[in-house]
Amino acid sequence: MDIVVRGPEPTDSERLAVDAVLGPPVSAWAGGVRDLGREGRISLLGGSEARSQRHLLLPALHAVQDRFGWLPPGALAHISRRLTIPPAEVHGVASFYQLFQLKPGARSQVHVCEDIACRHRGGLALERELRERHPGSEAVDIHGSPCLGVCEQAPAALVLRHGEKPGGGAIGGATARAVESAIESGSYPDAGLDWLKWAVPQSLHPEADLALLARVGRCDPASLEDYRRSGGYLGLAKALALGSEATIAEVVASGIVGRGGAAFPTGRKWDAVAKAADPERLVVCNADESEPGTFKDRVVMEGDPFALVEGMTIAGLAVGARKGYLYIRGEYPLAVRRMEGAIKAARAAGLLGDAISGSGVSFDIEIRRGAGAYICGEETALFNSIEGQRGEPRSKPPFPVQNGLFGKPTVINNVETLVNIPLVMREGGAAIAAMGTTGSKGRKLFCVSGNVARPGVYEFPFGITLAELIGKAGGVPDGRPVQAVLLGGAAGAFVGPAQLQVPLTFEGTRAIGATLGSGVVMVFDDTVDLGDTLQRIAAFFRDESCGQCVPCRVGTSRQEELVGRIRAGKPLGSLAEESALLDDLAQVMRDASICGLGHTASSALQSAVRLWGPGILNGAKLVDNHG
Amino acid sequence: MGGGTNSYREIEETDVILLWGSNARETHPIFFHHLLKGVHNGARLFAVDPRRTSSVKWADTWVGLDVGTDIVVANAMGREIIARGWHDKRFIEHATSGFEDYRDAVEPFTLAEAQRLSGVPAAVIHDMAKAYATAKRAMICWTLGITEHHNGVDNVSSLINLALLTGHVGKYASGLNPLRGQNNVQGGGDMGALPDRFPGFQHVEVEAHRLKFEKAWNAPIPAKRGLNLTAMLEAMDHGELKALLVLGENPLQSEADRKHAEKVLGKLDFLVVQDLVLTPTAEMAHVVFPAAAGWCESEGTVTNSERRVQRVRRALQPPGEARDDGQILHDLAKAMGHDWGPFSAKAVWDELRSLSPVHQGMSYERLEAGGGLQWPCYDEAHPGEMFLHSRLWEVPLNGPRVAFQVVRHSPPVEPLTPEFPIRLTTGRRLDDYNTGVQTEGFASPLRRGETIDLSPEDAGALGLADGEVARVISPRGEIRAPVRLTRSLRPGLAFMTFHFQDSVNTNILTIDATDPRSGTAEFKACSIRVEKLNTAMLA
Repeated sequence: MDIVVRGPEPTDSERLAVDAVLGPPVSAWAGGVRDLGREGRISLLGGSEARSQRHLLLPALHAVQDRFGWLPPGALAHISRRLTIPPAEVHGVASFYQLFQLKPGARSQVHVCEDIACRHRGGLALERELRERHPGSEAVDIHGSPCLGVCEQAPAALVLRHGEKPGGGAIGGATARAVESAIESGSYPDAGLDWLKWAVPQSLHPEADLALLARVGRCDPASLEDYRRSGGYLGLAKALALGSEATIAEVVASGIVGRGGAAFPTGRKWDAVAKAADPERLVVCNADESEPGTFKDRVVMEGDPFALVEGMTIAGLAVGARKGYLYIRGEYPLAVRRMEGAIKAARAAGLLGDAISGSGVSFDIEIRRGAGAYICGEETALFNSIEGQRGEPRSKPPFPVQNGLFGKPTVINNVETLVNIPLVMREGGAAIAAMGTTGSKGRKLFCVSGNVARPGVYEFPFGITLAELIGKAGGVPDGRPVQAVLLGGAAGAFVGPAQLQVPLTFEGTRAIGATLGSGVVMVFDDTVDLGDTLQRIAAFFRDESCGQCVPCRVGTSRQEELVGRIRAGKPLGSLAEESALLDDLAQVMRDASICGLGHTASSALQSAVRLWGPGILNGAKLVDNHG
Repeated sequence: MGGGTNSYREIEETDVILLWGSNARETHPIFFHHLLKGVHNGARLFAVDPRRTSSVKWADTWVGLDVGTDIVVANAMGREIIARGWHDKRFIEHATSGFEDYRDAVEPFTLAEAQRLSGVPAAVIHDMAKAYATAKRAMICWTLGITEHHNGVDNVSSLINLALLTGHVGKYASGLNPLRGQNNVQGGGDMGALPDRFPGFQHVEVEAHRLKFEKAWNAPIPAKRGLNLTAMLEAMDHGELKALLVLGENPLQSEADRKHAEKVLGKLDFLVVQDLVLTPTAEMAHVVFPAAAGWCESEGTVTNSERRVQRVRRALQPPGEARDDGQILHDLAKAMGHDWGPFSAKAVWDELRSLSPVHQGMSYERLEAGGGLQWPCYDEAHPGEMFLHSRLWEVPLNGPRVAFQVVRHSPPVEPLTPEFPIRLTTGRRLDDYNTGVQTEGFASPLRRGETIDLSPEDAGALGLADGEVARVISPRGEIRAPVRLTRSLRPGLAFMTFHFQDSVNTNILTIDATDPRSGTAEFKACSIRVEKLNTAMLA
């Protein structure tokens, strides 16, 4: 499709930044030079060929954002021509993501986490201080950010620097000084092994029973040698020996279910794709870890990237896919670098690419970076995001196993699910199934944050109770009591002190009306204003609703207003009426939104109201559940 | 019977589409929407057009031939298909005749020769031949880029030959589809608005048909076919045709040579125009009958490109003295001494059903219940036909064989010369329709008025800037038009429409060479030169 774009022309450097990703233009109709000898009577870039490039939109936008710190109109026009996407659609995609800026910004962009784990632990104060120290600065822009996935080191900040050599990194336990020093030096505290040891407190204890986290903080994540020495790639070797069908049988036998939150049996998903009629299948790893309070996938990718490469490769082999996409959220620059390194090293060693390990199996992985959108963690929104569309969820059915990425049968699994796979292959499905409880098989990663002595990612076989886990994390500091625990993140549910004995299994949490979700265990002691936390959750969903379904777009706004009214002491009618209205909003969003965001946008709020009455929205517990 | 062989749904499920001489994206946007569904479903689209039109933008392959070389490309495809053995020998044997003559006639059209004559790279013709011939399902769609030539009928035949050669006709999602320009062009022909046909394509020179209609209408009917529009204009010129009733047409502006049209219409003793608006032709008329707007002030039916007859219902009463077209004809008949009784669209339709076998099964009730029916529909149990000519695949063959037509290349009547070095081709733009009668009353943000579209290279050589008014001169006359630069044209090719005749009278430039068999003029090819206005003249 030829696109005629009027308006600002790209500068040479804008053109270069885009062409560096897309290669030189082949046609005058895609931003190249008009050469009638070649193109006067034929099209060098035909319709379907031109349209098939749309998936390069997100990488092209990233290239421009990384280079200039924003998306200049000339560069957008050039992208529009190069990819033959109408300018309005390019704008629609560019404006969808939080990390893309449509106005010029400062040299360094600082994103300070103001989400539920960080806000009570200095995040809000840090944001205020940085704003005061850098008012209208040309060097630094300060943004408040939803959860950055560094909850174990709250408060967290993320620095992104644009330029010919763009950079960025996360800062944990952030102070204004630490942020400024990172900006000045260009080096970030997330570089060393200490960063990972912080994230996985169990790594300091040699006796800890770790399988999924065994290498994190202990092995050099850049070293394929280290990975192999510690049992890496034995799983793939076994899968290659077994072949597709027997590999899937092992996964089925393991009883592993999806760790992203939906808990769908992984083996069944693989089996459906392996049996699809279409021979072109895809594997997608969902590493768009954005659920507030979740950081396990980040830690795994930063600390044990080869395990994910191996897991994806086994998935590709099992379902007959030749290509995998790894979609990592834009706020994880270190995870992107580590995964890039691991993929490159695996390719060089013949563990990715054509004829893996001399077998007849071919598989390769391409990384795609998100750009700041919680909704892209929804699997079909993630597909749309990769395809260069706005990250809006699709209606299901059809399900991804039938019609996924690029319309192909697709296995989409979470990072944690996939790193379980080499383990399943190495130890055998039966061994994994023997671990855990009847309804929850194998090992689980928990993201413990909030008011505990040693927050971090913890690994246990299914069955540990909430109280035990809090104990393992050192308990609540200073002997303070637990006020509440949020399970499963913003889309999860609160439990009270009376429910600490709940086993952290799918069935155990379900039995008390909570959810395990992505493994978030966020502990709030009695000093935390829960009303503020609930207000933040409401704001989060209003902000992250993609707006496609009216009930969610409007409902999340009404819900935020409702919480605000109560917190301001100006409820509409009685608190009971407000509580009924909240239930109404929740019901209409559950009934009439197409994706999980709308379905769960009220669940944490409702769980709090159920436990403590609507007054909790103002921090006041009408019913005290202590004891 | 004349009609597209396939339904809209079929183009959504075909594998290869040859869009030939059609900028359907702008001229048939509804049909193009169905075509795009096919493209999104994976169909490969070839667009054969001298211009890189907005339809071409969606095509996988653009075949940018020289104006008037369609037969060269089609015959070369035929030759290549035969040479490679891609033709459907069983179908040719079973249902066609004249293959050997066709084979011999296309023999000179080698890929190299075709490239020399048409400018299209040999490899592209080869690709298109291969894709079309080897596809499971394939369709050819065309419009005026094929027909508005002095040899338009031959152009059509050259495309039909390809379908016969490959068996891409008479099957689901395979066929031949001329696209219709209006909601009811198909219906006009179906209802007998042709010089040689009664309703339902029954020939007037076949006695049995004529007797049937004479009996039903209780009136004698001439045994010979009438005149087509071009012949009528000639007859007017020679003084043989003295009175003319024009219904919903604007020949003064739609004829290729406007000066000629004006002259011959002026010779008439009596001109009556029946139209929705006072067209320039109507302004010349002795009597004007104001007509109702068909789509909202009339009862009846329309028939679209896929032969689907649909009901039209009156939503508004016509204003003032305006009447339904059928009512006007009834009243006219009465004034001339024939009382047809009260006018009723349904009664007219039921009479048609009694006389036209292909419409017989289409009662108003069925049309309303099913959202229309596609002809042929022989009785009330008949569901209508989704695609035509399935008989060609019946064993044994049901009906006569279809003949290959030997067609030879004949370049445009007007060659390019040093004096007139630029090829002007005409067409339509998205927001306007033909002479603008039906569209000029509507605002559109895309309408920019008439322009002479030139390649940036030609404009540069002539020192013309975008928007600058230039002189456009053909052997027949001269007009002035603003220049529009467009990269969709190559040097030596210019484009205009005839939507805005009050400001830019394109038909002064075009040639009146006409295909005698279709009566269609060669709007698609004349020779011009473009000159900068003498600035002194302006002052």
